Amino acid sequence: MDRFARLLTDLIYTRSRNSKLALLADYLRTVPAPDRGWALAGLTGELNFPSVKAGIVRDLIKERVDPILFSLSRDFVGDTAETVSLLWPAPPGAVTPPPTVSEAVSALSAATRATAKPIVAGLLDRLDEDGRFALLKLATGALRIGVSARLAKTAFAQAFSVPLDDVEEIWHALRPPYTDLFAWATGAAAKPDITSLPVFRPFMLANPLEDAVLDLADYAAEWKWDGIRIQLVHAGGETRLFSRGGEDITASFPDVARAFAHEGVLDGELLVRGAAQGGEAGGAASFNALQQRLGRKVVSASMQAAYPAFVRLYDMLFDRGEDLRRLPWSDRRVRLESVVAGLDPGAFDISALIEAGDFDELADLRAAARETDIEGVMLKRRDSPYEAGRKAGLWYKWKREPLTADCVMMYAQRGSGKRSSFYSDYTFGCWTAPEAEGGVLLPVGKAYSGFSDEELRWLDGFVRKHTVNRFGPVREVEKSLVFEVAFDAVNPSTRHKSGIAMRFPRISRIRRDKPAAEADEIGTLRRMIVASAAG
Amino acid sequence: MLTSQKPPRWIKAEREGIHLPTIDWWIDPSRPATNALVTHGHADHARGGHGQVWATGATRDIIALRYGTPTGGRDLDYNEPLDIGDSITATFVPAGHVLGSAQILLERQGERIIVTGDYKRRPDPTCLPFQPTPCDILITEATFALPIFTHPPIEREIARLLAARAANPDRCILIGAYALGKAQRVIAELRLAGYHETIWLHGAMVAVCELYERHGVELGPLALMSEATREALKGQIIACPPSSLNSTWARRLPDPINAMASGWMRVRQRAVQRNVELPLIISDHCDWNELTGTILELSPEETWITHGREDALLHWCALHQMRARALDLVGREEDDTG
Ligand SMILES: [Zn+2]
Ligand SMILES: [Zn+2]
Repeated sequence: MDRFARLLTDLIYTRSRNSKLALLADYLRTVPAPDRGWALAGLTGELNFPSVKAGIVRDLIKERVDPILFSLSRDFVGDTAETVSLLWPAPPGAVTPPPTVSEAVSALSAATRATAKPIVAGLLDRLDEDGRFALLKLATGALRIGVSARLAKTAFAQAFSVPLDDVEEIWHALRPPYTDLFAWATGAAAKPDITSLPVFRPFMLANPLEDAVLDLADYAAEWKWDGIRIQLVHAGGETRLFSRGGEDITASFPDVARAFAHEGVLDGELLVRGAAQGGEAGGAASFNALQQRLGRKVVSASMQAAYPAFVRLYDMLFDRGEDLRRLPWSDRRVRLESVVAGLDPGAFDISALIEAGDFDELADLRAAARETDIEGVMLKRRDSPYEAGRKAGLWYKWKREPLTADCVMMYAQRGSGKRSSFYSDYTFGCWTAPEAEGGVLLPVGKAYSGFSDEELRWLDGFVRKHTVNRFGPVREVEKSLVFEVAFDAVNPSTRHKSGIAMRFPRISRIRRDKPAAEADEIGTLRRMIVASAAG
Repeated sequence: MLTSQKPPRWIKAEREGIHLPTIDWWIDPSRPATNALVTHGHADHARGGHGQVWATGATRDIIALRYGTPTGGRDLDYNEPLDIGDSITATFVPAGHVLGSAQILLERQGERIIVTGDYKRRPDPTCLPFQPTPCDILITEATFALPIFTHPPIEREIARLLAARAANPDRCILIGAYALGKAQRVIAELRLAGYHETIWLHGAMVAVCELYERHGVELGPLALMSEATREALKGQIIACPPSSLNSTWARRLPDPINAMASGWMRVRQRAVQRNVELPLIISDHCDWNELTGTILELSPEETWITHGREDALLHWCALHQMRARALDLVGREEDDTG
């Protein structure tokens, strides 16, 4: 546990991603099994001890420290695990050596509601401050130390020089403490075989097209649909739906899961059918409609009827146990077409290819497309294998021209990491009415990208010279600088006073030439909601 | 013994400081006063604009550096009683906080009151150690008065600092440390630990370091950061005020490891908020055990608490059946001197 505790502490204070990776990789390489496997489970959020609740920890400390002194301390620190780790008194008498991570995990797993308290107390008694902090973080769930599951897996791949894609590929079929995974990574065993399991396979992703011009003889074009990218798996008699990050979302879409029983792995876009929220009857509704379904653990029959989900299929990774991923896209497409023909047309269709004579014609079609459910165009190399991640040159996304608006900088906040000495996060606003008629600025979005390093230095200087108010890390600035802000869409929002929220806003130009009074009004942005919903 | 009424009529805690109303003298007043007794040079205790300033020689030098030479008053030695009228004597007693820092013992007809100012109980190579002084009323600071605050031995923190330096030869270590006291203590402790290379300073630290050296505190080789090239600063230690961490000034440094020497670094979020990579728990104040230990050791009839988390210490006194009250002094909020 000492070594794991030191790792957590070091990770908390480490800013750069590379240094975090180095710390994690070193831990995974040098710490013996099964401790490193349990630690990896903790770091990727795969541990859960249902009998160990935060309330137990609070009860324990109040039996040892005056409750008022505890609550004053807790208020100051702001985190119960950390407060308890700092306050826990050393037990009288000789101290047993600290538990290993696996010893702690097996003790916590064995805990029942009746035994959880003495078990947690017994472990805390054997640890120092950092160890207690690590134990409590591990025991009560989310570590929240700025390490994502993806980062931990990347570190694993680096530690043992194995491909990250392979780690992602088998990850979802394995359980802590990942004995098979370590055995494979250290060369002691072959890669675990997961063909017959209903597990997630990493997605192939696209790069932005930027200014490239492609030859349509080499690339096929299809629409990029504005839904949720999902993977549909049927294996071993079970069907699962996974989101982009590999999260199992089967429970939110039982209608889709029920309709799929072809053994294989498909890639597609989950959409909601119908007239709901402005979509044409029979077609796909807007992304907003889909959000009604997302994140629900239980979906009622009426919800399924009001927002019927279906999948528009893009690709096929496996077909009846056969791995198709090394085949060229064009061959996989043929196989996909034949499989789709046998599926329920109410729940599945295939993403049609765009017929365009050449790239210019494609550009015209893209410019003309204004449907809500189209985000842009996808271009896929006809001979591309299905490769996990974002490989250069194979798949491109060519989004629709962004919408833009002129907004006024209102607040600025310091960035993180290398940008921590710069004011690099900007909140900007638009007018409620013309300024001359008494209009005021209300925030409509926040952006921290889209400018060069040189522009950042200039913006930082602007913020420092034009600060009118400070609120902790935030500075309010004189409302004089206009940004041209680019964004993908405008959605209605109840969270913002302006009533709208931008999707993916970024600074496209700094308009030093433009007076703040000439920035856009909120009404202009609101009309963009209507425009995009009506298509 | 408190002979008359409790508390005695000759001392009063006002928002602007501790007042001796029968003679109109003040201790650490936050407003200009005709006669000011000043415990130490930190800005929340020592202000400009007083008439007569009575303090140790080092403290008066610090005041002169910051606000100009006081118009009156004089340097006092430790343990030299000063008759200030109405049968009251004031004696400056070492507080162990920073160079020149003192507790002030006030005596009148057998009644003894200690105003600690800021203090600590750990050894410090830059100042005399705290001298425990029996009293009837103890007026104590409470900067770190929560049981979560227990400061580790400074040797451990200095060793961590040197280990981080050794492990990162291509980076430099930038220590945010309060310019008066903390910076010099860290430098002196680095020397004790055998570090004799040049320590590079932010311009705001130079004058106080020179003042310490004039008072006989050896700090070893020091130089201005601005005089070194970026390349020459790799593997070096640089000291700056806490406010200069993450500042435009720091952009000139080779990939600095932000360190900060402060008792607040005990709390992880405090370090993370300030973008500190190497938190050093080094404090010039008492930790919780030292505060409560001092109260138990001196066992005053009454404890007055200023400066920080009064509520926790007040509650502790109640649990131990000790009389205590919280004072509401202005301008003593939490700051970087911790
Ligand atoms: Zn103070
Ligand atoms: Zn002080």
